Amino acid sequence: MKKLLSAATLVLAVGASSLAMAEPVKIGMITTLSGGGAGLGVDSRDGFMLAIKQSGNKDIEVITEDDGQKPELAVQIADKMIQSDQVDILTGIVWSNLLMAVAPSAVAQGKFYVSTNAAPAALAGANCNPLYFNAAYQNDNLHEAMGEYANKDYKKLFIMAPNYPAGKDSLTGFKRYFKGELAAEVYTQVGQTDYAAEIAQIRASGADGVFAFLPGGMGIAFMKQYAQSGVNLPIMGPGFSFSQDVLPAIGDAALGVKASGQWVKDLDNEANKKFVADFQQEYNRLPSLYAVQAYDAAQLILSAAAKADVKDTEAFRAELLKADIKSPRGNFKFNTNQHPIQDIYVTEVTKEGDVLTNKTVEKIFTDHGDAYAKDCKM
Amino acid sequence: MTFALALEQLLNGLQLGVMLFLMAAGLTLIFGVMGLINLAHGSLYMVGAFACATVAAWTGSFWLGLIASLACAAAAGAIVELLVIRRLYDRDHLDQVLATFALILIFSEGTRWMFGSFPLYLDIPPLLQGAVALPGGTQYPLYRLAIIAAGAVVAFALYLLISRTRLGIRIRAGESDREMIGALGVDIRTLYTVVFALGAALAGFAGAMVGALQSVQVGMGEPVLILAFVVIVIGGIGSIKGALLGALLVGVIDTMGRFLLPKVFVLFVPPSQAGMIGGALASMLIYIVMALILAVKPRGLFPPAHA
Repeated sequence: MKKLLSAATLVLAVGASSLAMAEPVKIGMITTLSGGGAGLGVDSRDGFMLAIKQSGNKDIEVITEDDGQKPELAVQIADKMIQSDQVDILTGIVWSNLLMAVAPSAVAQGKFYVSTNAAPAALAGANCNPLYFNAAYQNDNLHEAMGEYANKDYKKLFIMAPNYPAGKDSLTGFKRYFKGELAAEVYTQVGQTDYAAEIAQIRASGADGVFAFLPGGMGIAFMKQYAQSGVNLPIMGPGFSFSQDVLPAIGDAALGVKASGQWVKDLDNEANKKFVADFQQEYNRLPSLYAVQAYDAAQLILSAAAKADVKDTEAFRAELLKADIKSPRGNFKFNTNQHPIQDIYVTEVTKEGDVLTNKTVEKIFTDHGDAYAKDCKM
Repeated sequence: MTFALALEQLLNGLQLGVMLFLMAAGLTLIFGVMGLINLAHGSLYMVGAFACATVAAWTGSFWLGLIASLACAAAAGAIVELLVIRRLYDRDHLDQVLATFALILIFSEGTRWMFGSFPLYLDIPPLLQGAVALPGGTQYPLYRLAIIAAGAVVAFALYLLISRTRLGIRIRAGESDREMIGALGVDIRTLYTVVFALGAALAGFAGAMVGALQSVQVGMGEPVLILAFVVIVIGGIGSIKGALLGALLVGVIDTMGRFLLPKVFVLFVPPSQAGMIGGALASMLIYIVMALILAVKPRGLFPPAHA
């Protein structure tokens, strides 16, 4: 009897101590679930929730709200989540202009922000913040990779991006590595759906290739119109332009297009195989870049929450910084500015049966950080 | 800048203008006859595109999809008119704006609920694939030429409908005096439903044509709706002729602005900044033009005679 009692006490004690470790964490997810950019937000949310579900951690509460891709709405939601819901961590914003409206004020109020996608240069350099983490990349990264890749085969390129912070980061990043000549550098409107004027300029430009950063519906419209235009120059872009969320809508027009990504569906590691299989089983479609990034953001938060109390900012931050996760991307660690250091690949759009998807062509950067980390003093 | 490039950009402007005309014609017709501001017109455009994409995916035929888009948009228009719009004719414009804005939200979320958040696939029919040679040695997508032709046909058909048919006479009569034609024994309720369905069908047709060229997704109608309002304000609210000229004007100015302004700024500032400033100014250009036209002609280029 005595033995039994002491065993019971022991079980209780163990239970109590594990309870003490896992302090409840409240996460506010603001992402785009309506409008033209909704596909990106839905994938972010689903990737994030997959990791939370797999962990079985009941002490994590996630509140999700739709920002409609509108900065003013994102700010209102963030204020509400911080003040009335009392969240500990904010995450989920897809677009850099929305992130710039939300993240700086959130970290100033002592909340963590873990970005699942947007990574403007403005928050990676001199204005980096101990509470701001980016689990995706720095905006320039994938464009830098394409700039490096383009050096092999191209002398004169036509480059194009939407006129917003990530668009400017895109072309800046591309030009940092591309050594050839630029036929033209064009900024289009965010959300633009007709690219006839730009395609006419491409035709007249005398370029030998086109680099286009057009995420979501913009890329779908551009690729379909380009395929009809009679212009045959090769197209390349960062992974977002040809991510799994838009490929079915572009159709065969995307076949053969080269893009860059810090994750590809066919990467050969255990974490990735499990992630792709689980995601397909849960949601009955292939994951995109956005899903992986959000999945890792959730993994990072879970890993830190298992070891530290989120209210103890210093300790929680130290645990986040360790990046003790098995990322489907393979190698993943944080740079001094709390943006990833990771490998970046060049991919090509192919068909697997009837399904369009990306396959790995080569690894272009190993352990790639970003150009702004040196300006970050933390 | 070469002749070929200028010609291609001019055609691009015309094509955008024709597409805007299909939207603006319905909008201006509905306003002219019923005095109703219909913000949900963009939703009917979206209905047309989704109907076309769905039927094209089922049957493999874009043309059946196009017919379905006309039918679905007209049906959606008629149902909306019978259920909601009918109650708004006697209310002031603020109530109409509020109710039709609610319709936008209902249509958007309803479509998302049925089709999901991801864009649908809709491709150009094989017959209209590819590009054709133009004078000056350039090529131009056949499909865009087909849109211009389709728009011209619709414009001509609308002209015949309004000037040569009994329905057209009633529409014109409705525009000049609503109470009077009711008093003369014309079934004004049916006329309103028919006009609303006609406007909706035009929007659905535009949505299907453009859906094949762009992307079929929730919320695709609203950016076009804003441009269509600019068109009818420039053209004179209620005037089909004004809508046609306004649409072509807006299409050409918008396209040429996006193309020429960065080239102008390149003379003064470095290329990357020229692109940014030119691009930003180009997106404002049609609104500046609208403001200038309204300053000179406050009721638009072709204000209807009666108002």
